[in-house]
Amino acid sequence: MIIPKLAFQNILGAGLRTWLNVIVLSFAYVAIIALNGIYGGMQEQAVQAQIEVEYGGGQFWQGQYDPYDPFSFQDAHGALPPQLQNWIEEGNATPVLIRQATIYPNGRLRTILLKGINPDQTVLNIPSHFLADEKDVTPALIGSRMAKSTGLELGDYVTVRWRDKNGTFDAQDVEIVQIMNTSVQTVDNNQIWVPLNDLQTMTQMEGEATIVVVDRNFQNREPIEGWTFQSLDVLLKDLMDMVKSKTIGGSIIYIVLLMLAILAIFDTQVLSIFKRRKEMGTLMALGMTRVKVIELFTVEGAVHGVLAVLVAVIYGTPLLVYLATQGFPLPASTDSYGFAIGEKLFPIYSAQLIFGTIILVMTVTTIVSYLPTRKISKLKPTDALKGKLT
Amino acid sequence: MNNSVIIKTKDLVKVYPMGQHDLVALDHVNLVFQKGEFAGVVGPSGSGKTTLLNIIGSLDTPSDGSAVVLDRNVETLSNKEAAKLRNQHIGFIFQTFNLFPVYSVFENVEFPLLLQRMSSAARKKAVYDSLEWVHLADRAKSKPAQLSGGQSQRVAIARAIVKKPEVVLADEPTANLDAENSHHIMKTMVQLNEELGTTFVFSTHDEKVMRYLRRKISLIDGKVAKDEVISKKRGKST
Repeated sequence: MIIPKLAFQNILGAGLRTWLNVIVLSFAYVAIIALNGIYGGMQEQAVQAQIEVEYGGGQFWQGQYDPYDPFSFQDAHGALPPQLQNWIEEGNATPVLIRQATIYPNGRLRTILLKGINPDQTVLNIPSHFLADEKDVTPALIGSRMAKSTGLELGDYVTVRWRDKNGTFDAQDVEIVQIMNTSVQTVDNNQIWVPLNDLQTMTQMEGEATIVVVDRNFQNREPIEGWTFQSLDVLLKDLMDMVKSKTIGGSIIYIVLLMLAILAIFDTQVLSIFKRRKEMGTLMALGMTRVKVIELFTVEGAVHGVLAVLVAVIYGTPLLVYLATQGFPLPASTDSYGFAIGEKLFPIYSAQLIFGTIILVMTVTTIVSYLPTRKISKLKPTDALKGKLT
Repeated sequence: MNNSVIIKTKDLVKVYPMGQHDLVALDHVNLVFQKGEFAGVVGPSGSGKTTLLNIIGSLDTPSDGSAVVLDRNVETLSNKEAAKLRNQHIGFIFQTFNLFPVYSVFENVEFPLLLQRMSSAARKKAVYDSLEWVHLADRAKSKPAQLSGGQSQRVAIARAIVKKPEVVLADEPTANLDAENSHHIMKTMVQLNEELGTTFVFSTHDEKVMRYLRRKISLIDGKVAKDEVISKKRGKST
């Protein structure tokens, strides 16, 4: 334990230079944890919202359905097999019929997805109960983004044109009965939700659906002929990839901070080894081996990392806890991120993130501290005592 | 080696390459030091005094010949063995004191004992005993920057003797001190030599130091020019 003790004494004795390095390094700790916490929170919120509003516990897709291929929509419908029908009746799943359609809001033409959903379903967190009202006109539910982009308001009527099962065009007006606020764009943009029965009648697809969303608490996933089960891993892959790409972009900030801190420590180490040659000679004269001298100087550099943890804890803990509990409001522009975040973002700091960051910074600091000390291995005690580097 | 012989050099040669030429710092030096000697190596700058002390102290190795210190051949010691020899058996006193500025007086003196992994209680006792020897026990908590030159060198002496070494090598110990402090330092070392039986070998060209020597070895151009015993008594206290 002599080396760490001496290292702490030396590094604390170096005064201001030490504290400048420590403070910069502590910024790196806090920045890494804060930024990763933000991305962690972003991912968690996005995943939760997506699961609650769109994916549930996974989806069964009718064999023809491919969300990336709009041409597949025309044929992507099928009668619900008995197994799925049972689950739907038990409330463990809900069917959604998806058709392409055209609307004519305020004299303009717009291609949309017309989605039929059971008004009394509870699998997805969509305010579908607004579609339960018995009206002469088909009730329709849209998201706030859709309302904004089309100029549609509550109570407005809009003409919808679609193709039925046989490919024949038909059209009718629907009434906007609710505009929902949702962070999930994929149930909002260019979409109109109508009662499933109404859509099945309109398209002559009674008893049919395009996808069946399974409740997130329902564990049964047995294969069903003609329908493909899409797990959450598959459904969330795009979202995860998107968050990952944001994370990589954001990590540049803390990489720069970390590099600054590392550069400062490297500089300090080089300066130390240049300035303290006589001290090294004395250490050797008093009986310290070269290896121990290298160890001492390396640990001195690494001690910056330890002190930085302590400093980061002092100011970082209240800051990070505040952000995690209070969250921070997001500007409207975050909607363009392409995934659901919500109005407020609550960062999440996992133990893995915190300890991983500490280990990362400590490792990098130790390596950077060690590199300049390699010169000591060639140092002759007599040259060191004279203040020379061999 | 005779039991009372503590250091023996045989045809000791040290050559430093200087560009295309070689500088001969020590030229076939043959010396024997007995236990308890208070000897000085004197001579002008560049005569090889420090080189001789460095080799005896296992800080350097000879180019040729041999140096046997406490029955160990310096030229064959590994780095680790040399460090162990220095830590356990040899004390060093430097011209510029070489104290660690961030440590207190106590911590500076304690340092060699930390390397020996001595217990905390034993270390504390040894450090205070050593500081008592040099009359600085009351400055144990001071930092080197708060001490005068004389006090700093006394701390360096305390550090050198704290582990009770067989040999103390002092390289120009009074060169940075005024006359009064030089005398105090030399008197302290004479006292340590007499009471602890520690062998002292100095390098010096300071006349004030020479007055205290029991044996004076003159080096000129790396060769022993004269080796004279001044007094049979240990040290000189007058």
